[in-house]
Amino acid sequence: MYFEYEIEGGNFSRAGYASSEVKKRLRQLNVDMKVIKRVVVALYEAEVNVVAHAWRGKMRVDIDRDRIRLEIDDEGPGIPDIDKAMEEGYSTATPEVREMGFGAGMGLPNIKKNVDKLNITSEVGQGTKVEMVTYL
Amino acid sequence: MTLQKILETIDGRLVTGNGNGSAAPGWNGTTGEVNSNGFNLAFASDLMSDVLTLNNDNVVLITGLATLQTIRTAEMADINCIIFVRNKKISPEIVELANESGIDIVECRYSMFRTSGLLYQAGLKPVY
Repeated sequence: MYFEYEIEGGNFSRAGYASSEVKKRLRQLNVDMKVIKRVVVALYEAEVNVVAHAWRGKMRVDIDRDRIRLEIDDEGPGIPDIDKAMEEGYSTATPEVREMGFGAGMGLPNIKKNVDKLNITSEVGQGTKVEMVTYL
Repeated sequence: MTLQKILETIDGRLVTGNGNGSAAPGWNGTTGEVNSNGFNLAFASDLMSDVLTLNNDNVVLITGLATLQTIRTAEMADINCIIFVRNKKISPEIVELANESGIDIVECRYSMFRTSGLLYQAGLKPVY
């Protein structure tokens, strides 16, 4: 089963909409509640990253019997140093993002904690792709 | 701890009642889940990133951050009750999203420290 959602950069009132839709789908599919929580927390963190940093993005979710594949692809400034971005506490978020309760440099480390596989590729000035896999 | 007991303890006002934390198990029409017998744990934070690191059930969130993202965060973290402290005003958009997500919202005029202290004294346990 495959579905995809658009993510709008800068639109904080809509941030989380796509992750919320995925959560509803996973519930309909009777996926284990603990797995759903891990998946949607990782997705939501990634979605907030797109809203906070990029211009637009796409969320792709591909589910089969033994794994959920998630991909978030954005057009945005990219990440110059991914290792640095993975460090807990490192953040380039704006004051606006911090006012929303984010931007503490915990997003990417928390994504890593909640998925079984994480791969981030990025090109400065072009965008970032976050690929995640969770086994069922 | 039941939602009723929480309201009494902190002199709170229930803004959206979605049937979480009731004494008797019942059916929550919004989330389609059977209610548990109340809440065991509480977590107080204005940083949603911290809230997203929790992996406990039956947690009450105590926060002074009244934004849509607070509701989204609770939704993702399977938190069914949010207490907004420091007399924050809850916008109609927040109420609407909370209702869609089956989350109970409580307004409280006390500070985060006082609210947490009272609930701790009444028996809610900390996450850490």
